[in-house]
Amino acid sequence: MTLFSTDHKVIGKQYIGLALFSVFLGMLLSLVMRFHLVHPDTKVRLFQMLWPEGAPGGQMTPELYLSLMTMHGTIMVFFVLTTAPQSGFGNYFLPLQIGAHDMAFPVLNMLSFWTTVLSLVTLLLAFVVEGGAPLSGWTAYPPLSGLGKITGPGQGLGQDLWILSIAIFCVASLMGAINIIVTVIELRAPGMGYFDMPLTCWGWFVTALISLFAFAVLLPGGVLLLLDRVAGTSFFIPGGLIVNDQVQGRSGGSPLLFQHLFWFFGHPEVYIAILPGMGVISTVLSVFSGKKVFGYKAMAVAMLAIGGLGFVVWGHHMFISGMSPYSSVAFSVLTMAVGVPSAVKTFNWLATLWGGRLRFTAAMHYALGFVSLFITGGITGLVLGQPGLDIYFHDTYFVVAHFHLIMGVAAVFAIFSALHYWFPKMYGRFLNERLGKIHFFLTFVGVYAVFVPLHFAGFVGNPRRYPDFKEYEFLKSVTGLHMGVTHAAYFLAAVQLIFLFNYFWSQRRGAVAPGNPWGATTREWTDD
Amino acid sequence: MAIAILIAALAGATLALFFQPRWWFPEAISAHARAYDAHFLVTLCVIGCIFVFAQGLLAWVIFRYRDRGQAVTGSDGSSALEIAWTSATAVIFLGLALAGQGIWAGVHLEGSDPRALHVEVLAKQFAWSYRYAGADGAFGRVDVKQIDDAGGNSFGIDAKDPKGKDDLTAAVLRVPVGRPVELHLKSRDVIHNFFVRELRLKQDVVPGMTIPLRFTATKTGTYEVPCSELCGLGHHQMRSSLVVMTEEDYAAWLAEAQQKVVLP
Repeated sequence: MTLFSTDHKVIGKQYIGLALFSVFLGMLLSLVMRFHLVHPDTKVRLFQMLWPEGAPGGQMTPELYLSLMTMHGTIMVFFVLTTAPQSGFGNYFLPLQIGAHDMAFPVLNMLSFWTTVLSLVTLLLAFVVEGGAPLSGWTAYPPLSGLGKITGPGQGLGQDLWILSIAIFCVASLMGAINIIVTVIELRAPGMGYFDMPLTCWGWFVTALISLFAFAVLLPGGVLLLLDRVAGTSFFIPGGLIVNDQVQGRSGGSPLLFQHLFWFFGHPEVYIAILPGMGVISTVLSVFSGKKVFGYKAMAVAMLAIGGLGFVVWGHHMFISGMSPYSSVAFSVLTMAVGVPSAVKTFNWLATLWGGRLRFTAAMHYALGFVSLFITGGITGLVLGQPGLDIYFHDTYFVVAHFHLIMGVAAVFAIFSALHYWFPKMYGRFLNERLGKIHFFLTFVGVYAVFVPLHFAGFVGNPRRYPDFKEYEFLKSVTGLHMGVTHAAYFLAAVQLIFLFNYFWSQRRGAVAPGNPWGATTREWTDD
Repeated sequence: MAIAILIAALAGATLALFFQPRWWFPEAISAHARAYDAHFLVTLCVIGCIFVFAQGLLAWVIFRYRDRGQAVTGSDGSSALEIAWTSATAVIFLGLALAGQGIWAGVHLEGSDPRALHVEVLAKQFAWSYRYAGADGAFGRVDVKQIDDAGGNSFGIDAKDPKGKDDLTAAVLRVPVGRPVELHLKSRDVIHNFFVRELRLKQDVVPGMTIPLRFTATKTGTYEVPCSELCGLGHHQMRSSLVVMTEEDYAAWLAEAQQKVVLP
């Protein structure tokens, strides 16, 4: 039965399918949010049909907006950015590239995919239970997330399901990480040393190592939060709280402890999303420049450096959290240090192109777009990595713009690049090159139009996670900006239909591809 | 080819946005805020140069090495280059981190000013209140059981403590211009965030903790305080104001408000 197949290629495609479903769902949620931000008083019958409780008479409530925001972030971070680059392409191509017949543990592989499905179903259930999905954001800080529905609609069963879903996801990711680590260590072809592996394999290997340590910390964090909610413990709940006029009989917990556990996972998660993409981009740039990757060893070492340093910078998410200001100084220096290997990778990509003969395939377009977006999204990290400057930008749209570019859009461009590059291997046919390029150009303009202006909302001090901006005099100045961004978002979403059409149409009708269509040198094109 | 032009055009458009005056920081109203703006400008110049250099180089390389049937010439590695760009970026990035420590230290690493006006700030879903110590300069004890929002005792000032008799509570934060102020931030329920854009200051307000925040405003006026940490369905409406007054106006307001203090 192929549904529960243990074949790494099938599982890879299943993960990509799951990510594709999730990314369109997450995008639709963001469109609803963008609409509401600029038309907060417009009644929409569709909203009432979808969410009778959350949009009575079609008027969206703040709690509905916040729950859509929570689900958008959670779906995108976990079910798109963590699944497609690592579990999707990694599963399919890692064994092929190192000359293995399959992953080390095929049954575990199948289990990890279906556990991920269970996690997604659990998350989506939160939409339909009483009170709806949680409103505490993808970061779910207690006490807001730790006390039950007294803190707001969605904070009851919806929040329980959210935590459960994340805990299940952690288990699935740990299974996947172990599988990839063991596969790389044990199943490399005879004579293939670590530094003979393609950089894609380095990306999946380092990402699996990061996942192993990161999800192993998020999991207990989630379990403790769940215990605070259902078993009356106080890991994260301090004493003396009065919520909604009711005294809470808890004591001794620390809200900051949860943030430490969450961001110990949360920051490495950024690299989980982007490292596999970096591997893909290195390969695509090299193949279509007709050159070897420039500085192969430096690239591999830079990935290891990013993976390692990535675990000691989580405090930059907490500069203004109330943790010791001296910690902030240390975290700041480490954060700026982790920027160095990222810059090194960018220089090596440019040097890979230098002196080559560039063939502008669709995959190459996305790869070049990735480099541009990586620069634009990356350099603002030099602002946010300084606590002295973060003290203004924290929790503003500047941060929203920064992480969407570097973590979201850049990683998605790597996925597009990988799909165009490997589609012939996966389906024996090409994705339509012309449609691919048209989609690239429109998407590239679209993401710049959406996310660059949002930095400027951040300059004005526009807080994120606001369902509307009506309460504040100073936010009147960003009305026009948000209107423009919303329209750019409509455009960006609409042009994704080109990709969707291309993806499904080309599986059946695309031009038939020869065995090694791009003239690549890695094993997946020659072995079976 | 087209992509080289597009990258250059998008980078140019991004840069151009920095020359519009509309979406920018509000006026700075403290020495810290002015130091902030100065250091931000330094950082912006550095990252602006990196941005132009990197996007420009990318566009140029794409244009220069487009397929015209030429032979492939470039090398595939150079230790000298790796060392050069690794150390260059390390110096720039760490230099920025060190240069920016001054403004952080100015807010958080300096001690309390003995002349400071102390104000307690209490956040709850979805309102702010402020407590002044009154003529005796000391805050009265608080007792959770005596909290009475409707009766004007949000802090739960203990009626039995004489120090609390003259404590003054208010819904708006009023401070005299030019005088150091030390806030003591507390939350009753979930995490909130106290943000004054014009002061370039932002601090989470965490239940179970009292977090100090110091500033000296140098310009009178009324400034909005938007809650900046997600605190629930009313987060976007949890608004307060900071009013910076002249010494005389502040003294007059204080005297009048003090007279109205009636505690159980």
